[in-house]
Amino acid sequence: MSAAKAPSLTKTHAAPGEPLVWLTAMGLALGLLMVAGLLGVIVANGVPVFWPAPLVEVTLKPGVQNPVPGGGETFVGRLVQQRVKRTPVLDAAGRPQADQSELQYFIGNKDGYGSNFVFINRADIAKTRTPKDILVIERMEYGPAFGFPQRLATSDGKTLSASDPAFPGALRALVAEGNARRRALETIEKRDIGRINAEMNELKIRGRDSSAPTKAMTALEARYETLASEARALRLLQTAATLTYQLPNGAVKELPIGNILGYYQPNQIGIFRKLGLFLHNIWNFLSQDPREANTEGGVFPAIFGTFVMTMLMSLAVVPFGVIAAIYLREYARQGFFVRAVRIAINNLAGVPSIVFGVFGLGFFVYFLGGSIDKTFFGDYLPTPTFGTGGILWAALTLALMTVPVVIVATEEAIAAVPRGMKEGSLACGASKWQTIQRIILPASLPGILTGLVLAMARGAGEVAPLMLVGVVKLAPSLPIDGEFPFLHPERKFMHLGFHIYDLGFQSPDSEAAKPMVFATTLLLILLVVALNLFAIVIRERLRKKYATGAF
Amino acid sequence: MTHATENSSRPGDDRRADYIRIQDFSFYYGSKQALFDVTMDIPERQVTAFIGPSGCGKSTLLRNLNRMNDLIDGVRHEGDVLVNGESIYDPHIEVISLRKRIGMVFQKSNPFPKSIYENVVYPLRVAGQNTRSVLDETVERSLRGAALWDEAKDRLHESALSLSGGQMQRLCIARAIANRPEILLMDEPCSALDPIATVKVEELIHDLKREFTIVIVTHNMQQATRCSDRTALFYLGKLIEYADTQKIFSNPAQKQTEDYITGRFG
Ligand SMILES: Nc1ncnc2c1ncn2[C@@H]1O[C@H](COP(=O)(O)OP(=O)(O)O)[C@@H](O)[C@H]1O
Ligand SMILES: [Mg+2]
Repeated sequence: MSAAKAPSLTKTHAAPGEPLVWLTAMGLALGLLMVAGLLGVIVANGVPVFWPAPLVEVTLKPGVQNPVPGGGETFVGRLVQQRVKRTPVLDAAGRPQADQSELQYFIGNKDGYGSNFVFINRADIAKTRTPKDILVIERMEYGPAFGFPQRLATSDGKTLSASDPAFPGALRALVAEGNARRRALETIEKRDIGRINAEMNELKIRGRDSSAPTKAMTALEARYETLASEARALRLLQTAATLTYQLPNGAVKELPIGNILGYYQPNQIGIFRKLGLFLHNIWNFLSQDPREANTEGGVFPAIFGTFVMTMLMSLAVVPFGVIAAIYLREYARQGFFVRAVRIAINNLAGVPSIVFGVFGLGFFVYFLGGSIDKTFFGDYLPTPTFGTGGILWAALTLALMTVPVVIVATEEAIAAVPRGMKEGSLACGASKWQTIQRIILPASLPGILTGLVLAMARGAGEVAPLMLVGVVKLAPSLPIDGEFPFLHPERKFMHLGFHIYDLGFQSPDSEAAKPMVFATTLLLILLVVALNLFAIVIRERLRKKYATGAF
Repeated sequence: MTHATENSSRPGDDRRADYIRIQDFSFYYGSKQALFDVTMDIPERQVTAFIGPSGCGKSTLLRNLNRMNDLIDGVRHEGDVLVNGESIYDPHIEVISLRKRIGMVFQKSNPFPKSIYENVVYPLRVAGQNTRSVLDETVERSLRGAALWDEAKDRLHESALSLSGGQMQRLCIARAIANRPEILLMDEPCSALDPIATVKVEELIHDLKREFTIVIVTHNMQQATRCSDRTALFYLGKLIEYADTQKIFSNPAQKQTEDYITGRFG
């Protein structure tokens, strides 16, 4: 009875506008779902790249054409995906078959087969099995090889059959030796010979007029010779021992031990070994240089380039943005002009990024870089030093692109500093600048960092402008290394975003590169998240320190 | 000093009766006039209270004494204010050096998000004083002066924001007196404080007047009677009556003053 007397108290759900809460919640849920879906797709496609999946031997039904040349009725591969055919397969009577799915296998052995992938109708498969002894060999060229080991020919002319109990140990030792030699070779060729080349260049440019080779030059040439012959000797050793293996289609191949990076038997190893390999593969992906037009190997230079570029960008964007915001908020007379400037800044944030790329190319690279070259590097012309794309110009271009974000965030942060605090400082006899420096800036640091987080998120993921101002498919050296002056702002660099584009759209075998595209995308996302988390952690610390109290 | 002795309120006293001299002072926020032709002399090392209903211009006048209102866009003034014989609007006087001579305590306590120690020495730091011993000595003197030393001496390097509301306001007083100003301006310093903290601040004001010329804005008439020597009543931007506090509250000359103190308006 009492409920009937006071219906308005119980029927809260009928309050005007209340159903809209559900609408807004639905919007949020949809957004979260989209983010989760995006991450899910990327993880699901990117992570399996590193998993040592089993190899299966597929036996085809009689009369079915084998996509692998010379394989008879079978081939060996790793299942990549299963999908429904786009054009239906008809049976003998012209009706669509019951089973319309087709399987994609990665068959490796590109040097033997010509292509990496085959598609086969599931209906055409008679049976599958997993051959125990098959070996996956990761090598320097042509992607992995799948085969059955036959024998090992060592440098002293002996051979060791695969059935010999000493075989596994000998192979392991030889491959380890080869890997060590490869590292030594890399050091010689990349670092030592690179240094000598740089010195020689320097000498040549300085002594351009005098044609007689100087003493220093001859000394360098002699050093070069010794190093080169050392490298030649190592190279010879790399091919001295060979592994002979048989492809699943019967062909026999010989592989110099020096070309082998690693090997495993995917159908014999246990789960822990698989996990170990999985982590090992991830580590290699993160830490190694790319090979074979970037489709194999790692992405370390791209990670490093992205990181350094983002850091340089932050170094440039924060001071500019903060100084501009301080001027706009604290010094400029608030009026029509300042309002116009604010509108312009906000619009700048909406300009397509490629426009900034064109500007960077015209202003930074051609104009600034060209002038620097003329003034300081005249000796090296016509080879440009700063007058071509480089990591510094790329960072500055992105800084320009993201500076509006920092300005807006900083202005808001400055405006949020309580008026009383400013007045308190001024009443203590502080000048305006002292107040800004000692009170306003510390209190608005969290807000400035928010701006930086947003700027980094935008800057690290941008590719289009970078293509004009210094990103390359394969950079010969890193922007920071052990060579004086350690940071080389003029160098070209690799970038994860561009790497993705390059893998997906520019590589000779985009089907093979597809998983790598996802793996690299995942990495790019993780890198951006890591950079942002770093800034957010700092911000939270500052927030605690500069919390503006209860009042 | 002949001029000073002539104007002394009490013969034989070296305190100037016109330490701060406000002459025909009018003040405008844009087109809105907030003060009308205020003329009054504020005596040295005494407590002068400004009372009056909300919006009558007490804060406006107080904030003009250290030119705090300069920060607001579109303000202008007429008339003049002299401190110890010098016009504060004299183009040769730097507003920063003026503010160094005048400490200010705000209605809303505004400690900086720094340690207690750094809050107190802030006026010295911005004046370029970084000598440790001087700073240490200042902290102790100012905190003692603001009756906060006993509570804060063991936590000088903790954040000022960890103090209670009353302690924060006393910290702001300590900060205002750290650089030994001549004048202390207080704009309703107790309005956000509980009664116990209010009593402490009032006792403090009583002690501080030996050293400083104090101008205090208050809403609270009991407070004015308790701690001020002279009282000025404002109404709608005009100075209605200005006299010794005792006289204002016992025998006001103006009808409006009597109405106000007996609570008939305001
Ligand atoms: N910044 C400002 N801009 C415009 N008008 C103001 C400003 N500050 C105060 N005023 C006006 O000036 C008058 C006096 O204000 P104030 O001195 O703060 O009064 P009180 O402190 O006596 O309560 C009020 O009418 C108020 O609205
Ligand atoms: Mg007021």
